Amino acid sequence: MSAALRYLNQRYTIPDKVVGLLNDIGTEEFAHLEMIATMIYKLTKDATPEQMREAGLGDHFVDHGPSLFYHNAAGVPWTAAYIQSKGDPIADLYEDIAAEEKARATYQWLIEITDDVDIQDSLKFLREREVVHSIRFREAVEILKEYNDSKKFY
Amino acid sequence: MVNPIANDAYYQSLQQLQSIDFALVELNLYLDTHPEDNQAIQQFNELRAQRDTMAKAFEGQFGPLMNYGSTTSSQLWNRGPWPWQV
Repeated sequence: MSAALRYLNQRYTIPDKVVGLLNDIGTEEFAHLEMIATMIYKLTKDATPEQMREAGLGDHFVDHGPSLFYHNAAGVPWTAAYIQSKGDPIADLYEDIAAEEKARATYQWLIEITDDVDIQDSLKFLREREVVHSIRFREAVEILKEYNDSKKFY
Repeated sequence: MVNPIANDAYYQSLQQLQSIDFALVELNLYLDTHPEDNQAIQQFNELRAQRDTMAKAFEGQFGPLMNYGSTTSSQLWNRGPWPWQV
């Protein structure tokens, strides 16, 4: 979710040459949010309060019942302070590359902590997508560097 | 609750659509940073045409895929399964 909101916000002020990339990756990230929410929903939908408590989700159940909520693994709610938008193309794109690498690493830790092979499969898919996104953002940095250099000559 | 629409044919058609959608998403992002690659644009257009045909057949049978999707019958409107119920 942080990724989607970050890119779709930064796209307003990023140079035209890479607007499409931020737009499209931002949209794909919303699809990823839906995938993750689906996994959590399916894993918890038939759980009893007792099972929720045993799974370490007792506090979540008290506040949110069987519903989903935007908080991290430690129960800290999502906040806009997690993302940045500086209006500076290089600062924004490096932040985006870092976001993709952090997401990739998080998926790796999730893959290692679960023994559910179906969840592992889905997480591996998401991990690979973050690798592709990171590569595309790195290319975007090069595109903007080239563009800036060419401006100096002509 | 098991949705009557979500039969074997539904899952088979959905998987075909998802496969082609995946290829399109991948080409989409690639083209964002390689817009000069005519071969990739050609591949994108071919797959997109296939996807249109596939999506039309899917919507005719199972209902709209998106809010502006086509639908042949009011019976298929506002009916699941939603993505998280599949």
